[in-house]
Amino acid sequence: MTLALFYIFAAVLVFGALRVITAKNPVHAVLWLILSFFTSACLWILLKAEFLAVSLVVIYVGAVMVLFLFVVMMLDINFEELRKGFWKFFPVAAVVAAIMMVEMVLVLTNRYAQIPGAELVEQAPTVQDLGRLIYIDYFLPFQLSAVLLLVGMIAAIGLTIRKRKNTKYQSPGEQIAVKAADRVRVLKMAADAPLEAPAAPAADAGEQKPQA
Amino acid sequence: MVTLTHYLVLGAILFSLSVFGIFMNRKNLIVMLMAIELMLLAVNMNFIAFSQFLGDTAGQIFVFFILTVAAAESAIGLAILVVLFRNLRSIAVEDLGTMKG
Repeated sequence: MTLALFYIFAAVLVFGALRVITAKNPVHAVLWLILSFFTSACLWILLKAEFLAVSLVVIYVGAVMVLFLFVVMMLDINFEELRKGFWKFFPVAAVVAAIMMVEMVLVLTNRYAQIPGAELVEQAPTVQDLGRLIYIDYFLPFQLSAVLLLVGMIAAIGLTIRKRKNTKYQSPGEQIAVKAADRVRVLKMAADAPLEAPAAPAADAGEQKPQA
Repeated sequence: MVTLTHYLVLGAILFSLSVFGIFMNRKNLIVMLMAIELMLLAVNMNFIAFSQFLGDTAGQIFVFFILTVAAAESAIGLAILVVLFRNLRSIAVEDLGTMKG
């Protein structure tokens, strides 16, 4: 039963991967890639790694693939132009990939390459075990990966941000640094002056200096 | 009975397919990025298979880290792609000769 499921999932995964790299339309390629990721999540569940399978679906299908779809659909790319000469590289690509695959399969299926006693674990590690490992043994790498994500976020925003010249911005630094003396001018004047005379100075006193 | 070899061979096939994809889509930067994602998936598959068959949970922690790095990489890669398209109106790899590398 498990073997049959494995072969079904493996076939779907390989077919999906093949369609990703041969699809004419990149939107279709992204959709096939989503299928591939989902199928590998199924395979990971067969491996009893259910937490990683779920996080693969959440991270990849939920976030990264949506990002890909967004970019592919947003950019107005002439895909026909990119498609030109697609088969030009086929001979060398097929030879390199086939040799790589044959070599790896030969090594992996060799009798002497088998690891004795390699059995699928009876009691798969739970989320608790994973959390204990991450937060105790791999705490520093965990923090570093958080920093990496922050750096990635800053880099992505910094690369794509566009300053518009005709937009008026507030400058919080200047707003905070301003002093009362820069804004309000106190005028000395006689308290018993006639009514018409202070009208002009009063308006002057209320006027603010234009900000730099 | 699914053995470790089954998963390793599947990972090898997936990895070779991604290499094939990178060769075939020499012009299309987006599909190249997708092929790199597939490669990382093949590596993750090997990590989890080894981890579950040899009973060492640490392998699964590495899958987390690979997922993190892959997410950051694709975010930055797509950002570069968007900037590139904004400047060149094209994402063909042969148009990227500015650095004369």
